[in-house]
Amino acid sequence: MKTYSIKQNKNAIVQGFRDGIPIGLGYFAVAFSLGIAAKNAGLTPFQAFLTSALCHASAGEYAGFTVIAAAASFLEMTTITLIANARYLLMSCAMSQRIDPQMPFFHRLIMSFFITDELFGIAIARPGYLNPWYSYGAILFASPCWAVGTALGAIAGNLLSLRLVSAFSVALYGMFLAIFIPPARKNKVILGIVVLCFVCSGLASVLPVISAWSEGTRTIILTLVISAGAALLFPRKTDEEVPAHE
Amino acid sequence: MNKNYIYILIMAGVSFLIRALPMTLFRKQIKSKFIQSFLYYVPYVTLSVMTFPAIVNATQSPVSGVAALVVGILAAWFGADLFKTAVACCSVVFLLEWFL
Repeated sequence: MKTYSIKQNKNAIVQGFRDGIPIGLGYFAVAFSLGIAAKNAGLTPFQAFLTSALCHASAGEYAGFTVIAAAASFLEMTTITLIANARYLLMSCAMSQRIDPQMPFFHRLIMSFFITDELFGIAIARPGYLNPWYSYGAILFASPCWAVGTALGAIAGNLLSLRLVSAFSVALYGMFLAIFIPPARKNKVILGIVVLCFVCSGLASVLPVISAWSEGTRTIILTLVISAGAALLFPRKTDEEVPAHE
Repeated sequence: MNKNYIYILIMAGVSFLIRALPMTLFRKQIKSKFIQSFLYYVPYVTLSVMTFPAIVNATQSPVSGVAALVVGILAAWFGADLFKTAVACCSVVFLLEWFL
């Protein structure tokens, strides 16, 4: 594999950039809604921008904003970030199996920094060793969309009519649905788990005592209990592929 | 205000460590079936739990929140990608709240 000839790297960047455009446009809309959540949690537009530029995680950032809004402890922030981003651990594991042994180490660090559902998906879908330059091409377009979109959401969230804000604020949940509904359609176990999660989460928000816990705490506890239960009752076959999100 | 920067740094640090540790340390497949399965289910559970009932409370009226949830599930079920699903959810809220 001649992954490192300059001409091939250039082609890979161009290819990646092109594949990054639809991803970036999607990011922009979702990031805008995330920016509204950031503003509601008490962050400035710059802080919202900084969070997105450093974290690149829709669910993780959103979960973090709920922690900030509740002025909860740093420990809770650490735990919720860990839980909400746990899937990246899995993606990182999958990617680590596809790295050219000759690739310089610093590429691993940069690629890790930009693991998201979508960037992971398009990178892992290509055959052979992962080409870091392909990923960088996609990042070049998608990452600024994400960070700038979040900042604009935090700035313009209050310039828009209430109805528009209301409409934009569900973009994030729409994106979550687009991540977990397609696998639920294909896999009955996941479908059952999603239904169970909705029921448990709904109950947890109205039941006495439990509903008094913060949203973050409820998410952590429900995630740990339901995932562990599912892992015990429905263990995965060891050689099954990690699903690539769209 | 300054406390927000500490929150952000924690988020950034944890997010990076989670992504970088396996890439830099794991050169072999994880063996434990339980941990593999657990990690496999975590994303679906976390996202489901965070979506409901939050989506219902995110909008001005719970009715449009429920409508967004139903439309989002249908759109994703029938193959709409991330962007289209998000747009579908936003549109239904925007249209419904015209009347509500």
